[in-house]
Amino acid sequence: MPSFVIAEKCDGCKGGEKTACMYICPNDLMVLDPVAMKAYNQEPDQCWECFSCVKICPTQAIEVRGYSDFVPLGSSVMPMMGTEDIMWTCKFRNGVVKRFKFPIRTTPEGTANAYADLKGKDLNSPLLSTEENDGYKMPAPKTA
Amino acid sequence: MALPNKPLGETKAVRDPAVEEREVDILIVGGGMAACGTAFEVKKWAPAGTKILLVDKAAMERSGAVAQGLSAINTYVGKNTPEDYVKMVRNDLMGIVREDLIFDLGCHVDDSVHLFEEWGLPIWKKSADSKNMDGKKGQSMGTLKAGAEPVRTGKWQIMINGESYKRVVAEAAKLALGTENILERVFIVELLNDANNPKQIAGAVGFSVRENKVYIIKCKTMMVACGGAVNIYQPRSIGEGTALAWYPVWNAGSTYTMCLRAGAELSMMENRFTPARFKDGYGPVGAWFLLFKAKTLNGMGEAYAGSDAAKKELQKYAPYGTAAITPTCLRNHLMLVEMKEGRGPIIMDTVTALADLAKTMDKKELKHLESEAWEDFLDMTCGQANLWCATNTEPEKKNSEVMPTEPYLLGSHSGCCGMWVSGPDFDWVPAAYKWGDKGKVYNRMTTVLGLFTAGDGVGCSGHKFSSGSHAEGRMAAKSMVQFIRDHADFKPAIKETKEQLVDMVYKPVRNFLDHCNYTTAVDINPNYVKPAGMALRLMKATNEYGAGTATYYLTNGKNLEIIMDMLQTMREDCEKLGAGDLHELMRAWEIYHRIYTVEAHLRHIQFRKETRYPGFYYRGDFPGQDDKNWFCFVNSTYDKAKNEWTLLKRDYIKIIP
Repeated sequence: MPSFVIAEKCDGCKGGEKTACMYICPNDLMVLDPVAMKAYNQEPDQCWECFSCVKICPTQAIEVRGYSDFVPLGSSVMPMMGTEDIMWTCKFRNGVVKRFKFPIRTTPEGTANAYADLKGKDLNSPLLSTEENDGYKMPAPKTA
Repeated sequence: MALPNKPLGETKAVRDPAVEEREVDILIVGGGMAACGTAFEVKKWAPAGTKILLVDKAAMERSGAVAQGLSAINTYVGKNTPEDYVKMVRNDLMGIVREDLIFDLGCHVDDSVHLFEEWGLPIWKKSADSKNMDGKKGQSMGTLKAGAEPVRTGKWQIMINGESYKRVVAEAAKLALGTENILERVFIVELLNDANNPKQIAGAVGFSVRENKVYIIKCKTMMVACGGAVNIYQPRSIGEGTALAWYPVWNAGSTYTMCLRAGAELSMMENRFTPARFKDGYGPVGAWFLLFKAKTLNGMGEAYAGSDAAKKELQKYAPYGTAAITPTCLRNHLMLVEMKEGRGPIIMDTVTALADLAKTMDKKELKHLESEAWEDFLDMTCGQANLWCATNTEPEKKNSEVMPTEPYLLGSHSGCCGMWVSGPDFDWVPAAYKWGDKGKVYNRMTTVLGLFTAGDGVGCSGHKFSSGSHAEGRMAAKSMVQFIRDHADFKPAIKETKEQLVDMVYKPVRNFLDHCNYTTAVDINPNYVKPAGMALRLMKATNEYGAGTATYYLTNGKNLEIIMDMLQTMREDCEKLGAGDLHELMRAWEIYHRIYTVEAHLRHIQFRKETRYPGFYYRGDFPGQDDKNWFCFVNSTYDKAKNEWTLLKRDYIKIIP
């Protein structure tokens, strides 16, 4: 299900150093044509349909078209990312439309607690830093 | 008229790249769940001033196997015990596992799950009246750590709203490590042993896929966690669908190849995973079996898995086949029996399952149930959702086919290939399972001094999944800090010169530039082979000779002998890989990594003269299990100077009764 870029909607991320889709693609597929200032998928047969580019595109210029090997035409699956939820619109070939909304995170972006100030005490113990901090006791197996 | 004979990619490669040399104490190669675990944990233990660097081929926010998201965390021990966890993994993997590693992991995995929830991952909860609440509403029940009850779909799985799972985990890792200590879009391709001790790690070399630059990085200790191996066997779809792999297509076997070329001992590389998934879309089936209680039917409409014939078949593989939970490979085996005997295709009866559930539910609950079925796909296999849309498949009205996929190699899911690593330093761990240096034991260290791995890299201990891989990365982080404390005087030295390393990394570029003007079509040239062509050559050979889907996963000694010759020729031809741009240079190194990984896999299958995992692969010349001779680990090492493989047996030691 390779991603494709709608020419009219892509603005090449306004000439930034790299486009959002280039930044995010886990397989290095999205590239910017510097003359046209449009992004494109350079290797559609290596696209894992992960939708990372679709979700991150600031102009909603990227969609996916099912793999030509086995997917009939006429359907679409489109996400809309929010800060707390994702909305999905699933359009069937026969016109049926289903919409779903799912939570994606319960904390504001950028606030994950990295325990930056936590320092482990006993480097020789088997405990992880947060386990040590919580007073966790390492179990031993009941052996044969 | 000028011919359009030029590289395809936008970032052209040049003959002489810039070179950046760095020296750090701790190098983390990879950016997935395991590497994020290491990144989170390492600074908690490292003394101030310790230099740490993480290098990821992609962007951590969406790299690794969890890039797309997940709809469940498959390992959360909760009220179970680590002993139970060992027993489950042992039975699923047909008896031969490292119980020390699995028990140890079972003791730590929940701590990582608790962190995920604190960081913002929505985890489903049971309400006071035992109804399912999604991760947002379920917050009112408190956290798992505080004792709230998760929604279990099986004994070990818990449901999540995991679209942003990796983003949340990567965010904490990046904050903990500091972005100044992270290099993204740099592909490490070869590890470097110490000039003074070839059994010790001293650094790694790689290149940027964004600019013409080679990185040479020295280090005292290293974590290599780059996932498993995908696109090593011909996929069932071979056009655009080549990338429609169940595991992420960017997992190129780099973990195994880089470690084996550094001299690390491999274990159970014969093990593989060929998951049964919804046909073509490869959407998950777990929730359909466990949450929706659906059954699979054969082409005759029979629920074959519960039949007397199936029970009889499973008895051949006792005690694993007769255990309460049938091992994953044997569930595949039963499916393959039906298909081979002409009773396919296999159908997931979603219609009956949803109709049965509807009998006890009101309209609102049913709507919620439908939403859960779709979320299962949308969180982790969006393409399967689209396939249902394109084929007008509403699961309450139309059933879907299920099919076993092409083979994958991994150590974290229902598979257990990887490196032979030290277990933890406890009295109950057998001496043969723990090692280190100068009397010290380093948990999760490979047999190369200073080289650690986690997640898919650790062999003999499957069923870690996302949470276990993260926890294992953290466990290894602590050992790595112990290692640098105990080796404070170690000065890593690399015997290869800067020029030799650049020549090795950029060889495909130089091959291309030397010869690209000889022909008029850039992809057809007798002096080099493009990685795309080599990838197809590998997948055709493995599919035909190496127990791929073409032969229903069947091979034998003669077929293996033939493919060994083919692999040797492929490795020779890899000297002539050609890459005109940086994206293609990445592909060139990926195919090189895939070839070595597959060779390790097939050498292990060749050595183990039995069929340990029916349903994953079969030795036609050695059907069935031979516990008398083969109830042991198969390990191997590779000597890159001599191009020699050595295979050996290692004893299995039972720890948990």
